Amino acid sequence: MSQTNIIPEFVSRQSFIELDGRRRAQSLFDEGTWKELVGPFDRMESPWLPLQGVAPQFDDGCIVIKGKIGGMPAVAIALEGAFQGGSIGEVSGAKMTAALDLAAKDSEAGKRTAAILLLETGGVRLQEANLGLAAVAEVISSVLALRPYAPVITLIAGTVGCFGGMSLAAGVSSYVVMTREARLGLNGPEVIEQESGINEFDSSDRALIWAIHGESSALQWA
Amino acid sequence: MEQIEFDYPAAKRRITKKAHIGVVGSGDMEVLMEPAQSEGANVSITTSVDGFRDSWKAVFDRFFSKFDGAVRIQINDAGATPGSVLLRLEQAVEVINQ
Repeated sequence: MSQTNIIPEFVSRQSFIELDGRRRAQSLFDEGTWKELVGPFDRMESPWLPLQGVAPQFDDGCIVIKGKIGGMPAVAIALEGAFQGGSIGEVSGAKMTAALDLAAKDSEAGKRTAAILLLETGGVRLQEANLGLAAVAEVISSVLALRPYAPVITLIAGTVGCFGGMSLAAGVSSYVVMTREARLGLNGPEVIEQESGINEFDSSDRALIWAIHGESSALQWA
Repeated sequence: MEQIEFDYPAAKRRITKKAHIGVVGSGDMEVLMEPAQSEGANVSITTSVDGFRDSWKAVFDRFFSKFDGAVRIQINDAGATPGSVLLRLEQAVEVINQ
């Protein structure tokens, strides 16, 4: 095969894992059924990051999209792993909680609405400290409130993975779906190595990390 | 962190669409491009990297030497290189010209 035949195929391939958070969320919905809630043009940025010299993001790294999947009402909430490690702060946490609560309210009123959490996150945003921790608690309680009515599905595609407080949200979901690239754990490999030593966990050993945090074993305890 | 503003009063072509491109990831940026509220174009940048006002000015002088839309541009930047900045702007232009 000549090179000109190979390149277009390579360039035009559709890969979920190569999409950013927003495109991932959009790609889940039936065509023409979705709309984004509190999007970048609403400029709901973190008020805390600029105070610490860090550029914020217009959607605070949390993308909320409402629509239908296979005809069923659903809301997808994606954390953008490339922005501040997909960390959860005051604004992104409030968006996530509000979206889950609206789904629970609709479900309670008879319009069953599923939630899909696209988690690429290191957990709480350190710059927002306690507000991030409070957000994790709120997200978990909102997941638990929705779960009796409609499925809450956590989808971890990679390559950031899902760690820290948000791994607890994954743990209380109705279902967890992971790709082979994804990782799920409470503490990330570097954190474990730093705290317990390289003999406990070698964070440069990729085979070991994926054996522990990859889908084959992580889903056994999730 | 630094805030930078530029005005390009000569860019007067009316724009109706808006675009959002990019992520504030390391070495990258996001841009909102939408119809300007006043006459001419204006640019507002929030960047994590201080001291590059002249580079930003050079990039936008070049951009507005070819583009004449009356747009309001807002950028959140996490250290995008001038090449990446121009690419993100071109992507946004592609969306509003669709």
